[in-house]
Amino acid sequence: MGHTLAEKIIAAHVAGGEGDDAEVWPGDLVEVAVDVVLSNDITAPIAIREFEKLGVERVFDPDRVVMVADHFAPNKDIKSAEQCACMRRFARAQGLLHYFDVGRMGIEHVLLPEQGLVVPGDVVVGADSHTCTYGALGAFATGQGSTDIAVAMATGCIWMRVPETIRVVYHGQLQPWVGGKDLILYTIGQIGVSGALYKAIEFAGPVVDGLSMAGRFTMANMAIEAGGKAGLFAVDETTRAYLASLQVASLQVASLQEASLQVASLQVASGQVGRLADLQTRTLADLLPDDDAAYAQVIEIDVGEIEPQVAFPHLPENVRPVSQAGDVRIDQVVIGSCTNGRLEDLRVAAEVLRGRRVHPDVRCIVIPGSQQVYLDALREGLIEAFVEAGAAVSTPTCGPCLGGHMGVLAAGERAVSTTNRNFRGRMGHPESEVYLVGPAVAAASAVAGRIAHPRDL
Amino acid sequence: MTIEGTVWKYGDNVDTDVIIPARYLNVSTPEELARHCMEDIDAEFAGAVQPGDIIVAGENFGCGSSREHAPLAIKGAGVACVVARSFARIFYRNSINVGLPILECPEAVEETEKGDRLTVDLEAGIITNLRTGRIYRTSPFPAFIMEIIQAGGLVPYTRKRLEEQSGYRSAMVRPDE
Ligand code: SF4
Repeated sequence: MGHTLAEKIIAAHVAGGEGDDAEVWPGDLVEVAVDVVLSNDITAPIAIREFEKLGVERVFDPDRVVMVADHFAPNKDIKSAEQCACMRRFARAQGLLHYFDVGRMGIEHVLLPEQGLVVPGDVVVGADSHTCTYGALGAFATGQGSTDIAVAMATGCIWMRVPETIRVVYHGQLQPWVGGKDLILYTIGQIGVSGALYKAIEFAGPVVDGLSMAGRFTMANMAIEAGGKAGLFAVDETTRAYLASLQVASLQVASLQEASLQVASLQVASGQVGRLADLQTRTLADLLPDDDAAYAQVIEIDVGEIEPQVAFPHLPENVRPVSQAGDVRIDQVVIGSCTNGRLEDLRVAAEVLRGRRVHPDVRCIVIPGSQQVYLDALREGLIEAFVEAGAAVSTPTCGPCLGGHMGVLAAGERAVSTTNRNFRGRMGHPESEVYLVGPAVAAASAVAGRIAHPRDL
Repeated sequence: MTIEGTVWKYGDNVDTDVIIPARYLNVSTPEELARHCMEDIDAEFAGAVQPGDIIVAGENFGCGSSREHAPLAIKGAGVACVVARSFARIFYRNSINVGLPILECPEAVEETEKGDRLTVDLEAGIITNLRTGRIYRTSPFPAFIMEIIQAGGLVPYTRKRLEEQSGYRSAMVRPDE
C-alpha cells in the first residue's frame, strides 16, 4: 500500500532511521529531524525559558531557528516591548541568521516562504498554530507547544504521531470573485471545526491545480480551523515557478528554473546556498502522494455553485454564501493577516476599491503581510488606490487579527475581516463580532458599509 | 512501568477549561493547579483523588486551548494515567511532554465504571480491569516516549539525554546530510 504526502515527508525525516527504507504509518510515534523551528514575539520568550532549562549552550543550527517579531510589533506597549527584547537578545546571543525585526519583518507565515526559508519536503515546527500554512509548498508544517519548540531548538528533533490524512478533491469551474479563502471556508463549513481533528488534510483536484500559491497558502493556513494538524498540497509546476521567482539574494534560484518536473526531479545545481540546497536530494516522487495511498476519508467538492463565503460569529464553521448574509451593517474592515495579506489578495481588494470610497461609517485597515508585499503593492500603485479610497494602510503586523493593536473592536462593533478566526472576543471586546471573508468581499463590504458581494456594488 | 489505581470516569469532550478553569491560571505549579482540577464538573475529585488513580474518559479528552496547565494539573493531582477513547491533539502532546501517561482504548472505556480498579502496563500497552477480569490491548508507547514519561517530561528527558550522549544531536541524522 502507498503513502500519503504527510507520511512520505515524515518518513524521510525519521531521526537516526533506516534511511531510504524508513516507512511510517498513521498512529506511529516517531522522532523526526526538523528543517526549520519557528517562534514569534509571544511564544519565543516561553520557549527560551524552557530552552535555558535544558543546559544547552547553543541552538542546534542558527540557520534553522527562525524568530519573527510580528504579533505585537512594532511594540504596542511595555509588556510587548519586553517580550520582543527577550527574543532579540536571544537571537543575537545565538547568532540566529533569520531573526526578523521591525522594518524587515512580516507576518511570519507570509515572510518565511517569501524568504525561501521553507522548501518542499521540509518538516517545519512552529510555536504558532498557523505554521500549517507552509503545507502549500508541499512541506509538513505544524504548530506545537512551547516545550516542544524549546527542545526542537536545542536538538533539531521532535517527536510526533503520524497523522491519518483526509483528502479533499475540488472539481468544477470557479465563479467570479471566488478564491482560496472561499474554498477553505466552504470546506470548514462542510466538515466542521473538528472535522480533521488530529489528521492531515491533502488538498487536491483540478481546481487546486489551477490555484495560485497565494490561494494555496490561504487554504493550508486554515487547516487548523478544521482541527487539522497540517494541510498539504502536492508539488507541481506552480510550486516550482514560485520558488524560482523568489527575490532572495542568498538563494541562487536561476538554476532551478532549468530543473524540469518532467524528469521527476527538483534537483538543483550543486554549490547552491540556502534552503534550496536541501532540495537536492528530494525528488518530485517524494513530494507527491502515492496513487494507492490510504486515506481516512475522501471528500469530493463541486465548486461550480460555490459563492463567496462568509463565516459568521463565533466559529469558522458558521459559513453562509454571501447572498444569504442578510443586512449586516459593519464598523470595520481588516484586509491582511497570514491568511490573506499577500500581494494577490491586495490586488483583488484594490480592484474593488479603486475609484470607489470606503463607506463613511467604516474604518478600513489594510495590512500588507510583509515588507516585500508592501513594496510590491506600493510599486504597483495598490497603496495609492487604498489611500485614495479612504483606507488606512499599516506596516506589517498581526495587530488586529488577535485583538492586539491597530484596530481593536469596542463592545457591539462588527468587523468584516480576511483573517482566520472569529472566536468570541478575538478582535477585541467579548461583545464584538468578526465575520470572516476573502479580500473581494472585504473590500466590497468596506464600500457598502454592510456585508456585500463585489458584483452588487 | 505498571500502574494500579482506582477509576474516575468522565464523558466526551472534557475540555481544558473544565480540567483547570482559566481563573486559576495565575498559578503554574502542579500542586497548586491540582487543587482546582476538574472542579467544575466534579467537585469531589480534587479532595478525594489518590496518588496512582486513573481517569477514564470518552472522546476528545483535553479539547480547547493549548494550555500546558491542563495535563500539569492532572499530574499534580497524583493521577497516574488517563485512558480515553481519543484525545485532542495538543493535549496529547502536552501530556507526554509534561510526563503524564495517556492511552487510547475505546473498549476499555466502554466497559469500565467509576470505582473500578485497573492495572496498566505502559510498556506492553495492556490494561486489565480487576473487577471484571477483562484484558485490553492498545498500542504500547515506543521506547523513547516511555523514556520521556519516566524522566518526568520532555525537558528533563532531553536534558538527561544531552548530558549522557554528547553526540546526541549529531546522531540525529538529517536525511539530506
Ligand atoms: S496574522 Fe493572526 S493568525 Fe496569523 S500569525 Fe498573526 S495572529 Fe496568528
